[in-house]
Amino acid sequence: MNCYPLIPLEGLMSTVNFRVGKRAHIIVDSSVCMGCSLQSCVTACPAGLFVRTSDGGILFNYEQCFECGTCYMVCNAEGAITWTYPDGGNGVVFHRG
Amino acid sequence: MTEADATFDAIVVGAGPAGSAAALALARAGHSVLLLERGAFPGAKNVYGGVIYGRVLDQVLPRWWEEVPVQRWVVRRATMVLTGTQALTIDFRSEAWGSAPYNGMTAYRADFDRWLAGKAVEAGARLVTSTVATDLLRDESGRVVGVRVDRPDGDLSARVVIACDGVNSLLARRAGFVPPAAAAHHALGVKEVLRLPREVIDERFGLRGNEGMNIEILGGTAGIAGGGFLHTNIDTVTLGVVLSLPQLAASGTRPEAVIAELKAHTAIARYLRGATVAEYSAHLIPEAGYDAMPALHHDGLLLAGDAAGMTLAAGIWLEGVNFAIGAGLAAGGAAARAIEAGNTSARGLAGYRQALEANFVLADHKRLRRAPALVLSRRLQTVYPSFINDFVESMFTVSNPVPKPGFLRLLLDVARRHRVRLRDLVGDVLRAVRVYR
Repeated sequence: MNCYPLIPLEGLMSTVNFRVGKRAHIIVDSSVCMGCSLQSCVTACPAGLFVRTSDGGILFNYEQCFECGTCYMVCNAEGAITWTYPDGGNGVVFHRG
Repeated sequence: MTEADATFDAIVVGAGPAGSAAALALARAGHSVLLLERGAFPGAKNVYGGVIYGRVLDQVLPRWWEEVPVQRWVVRRATMVLTGTQALTIDFRSEAWGSAPYNGMTAYRADFDRWLAGKAVEAGARLVTSTVATDLLRDESGRVVGVRVDRPDGDLSARVVIACDGVNSLLARRAGFVPPAAAAHHALGVKEVLRLPREVIDERFGLRGNEGMNIEILGGTAGIAGGGFLHTNIDTVTLGVVLSLPQLAASGTRPEAVIAELKAHTAIARYLRGATVAEYSAHLIPEAGYDAMPALHHDGLLLAGDAAGMTLAAGIWLEGVNFAIGAGLAAGGAAARAIEAGNTSARGLAGYRQALEANFVLADHKRLRRAPALVLSRRLQTVYPSFINDFVESMFTVSNPVPKPGFLRLLLDVARRHRVRLRDLVGDVLRAVRVYR
């Protein structure tokens, strides 16, 4: 493994512009997540929005979402993630995408 | 509501390259078009590998290169094969690519998509941003007759709806026209746009003026199938990785950590020294190609661009914007003819598929249909990068006073060390020849 100054994810996320809407466009049912041994969303979400809780569930915050779809595609539990787009004009605003 | 009462001739959902091209073709044919975009401006939600191959724009505008919002024209293109400590690079440059009509250009999607949507508006399309199309409207027979949007009194009717709503393809999926999304058919693209002074970029990449470079990378993705890319913009460079979604999910490695490791590679780090992050972003890529494409035309509905899985992910070719534009123009043209003929049923819209088969969009996809699987195959991803680097290293390592071994001896030695059977090697070469012939 090389030695390099790792930019923490928070530093990367601070470079991204969001217009946060009032409605949570993604809803995670943590009670379903408790039975999931993989919790792939924690690894794969590029914005790092899925966090394991001490009781084995998932804590999720929609506010800094890239709206990419990774979470529901890697999720293997029916009904854990309800996924929609934010209301028009809200959500991530990429300027150099 | 009957077809003749429709408010618009066509509604196009998504003002990305597919949607704007479709709206442009319809507006130019004299039809009323509503172009819906959920972002505050076209391009706000879009992220890609950074290079657009623009010749398809000849059909949009003559001399498009004089006004397209380009960052740099790609005159230098390299393919880099990495292991943790080695790099083999094939580096090509051409003066021809530095003048019109050019070959590839780097551009930001916020600039490019806004520009292309502007062309549709100039032609007469009505662009409405900050508006999500949440559902397709259908009549008793199942025929698509419009869209529902997230605005008050939000049911809008049209003779044809063209869904260009991107890789998640939510409209068509919700209506059952596209099967549920499979992680195995997708890759996650993650990238960092990094600030560097223009003259530093010119010097490090051997460029001047508006010349640009694009490097694609095999290996260097922490053992996750995929690849990387590094290219130059005017005063930023972009470093990104494309990661097989199921393998990323199973890896336990975070996407930003994969980029961080690639950034630190000795062959990459020297390009990036002193750079600061301007923007971090990510997007899904439909990578399964021809064999995973859904049906493209239905009663009152066409699908184009990533909504129909039209990105070509064939290793040395990773192209999507040109395919989206080509498909969008064909969809708009076919919809216009169907409207004129008074028949926008699936049968009336079948000209779309024929047009795609006659041009590069489906011709390339069909010819290269086996390429995505080959590119993501285990030996190509995990064995051959180190195999070829070790072969080249032993070829160039001077081992005096031991006499030089012959190339065949070297090849056999390296193959044995990597446990590559010659049978598999020859088989893979033949397979590659068949896939790309």
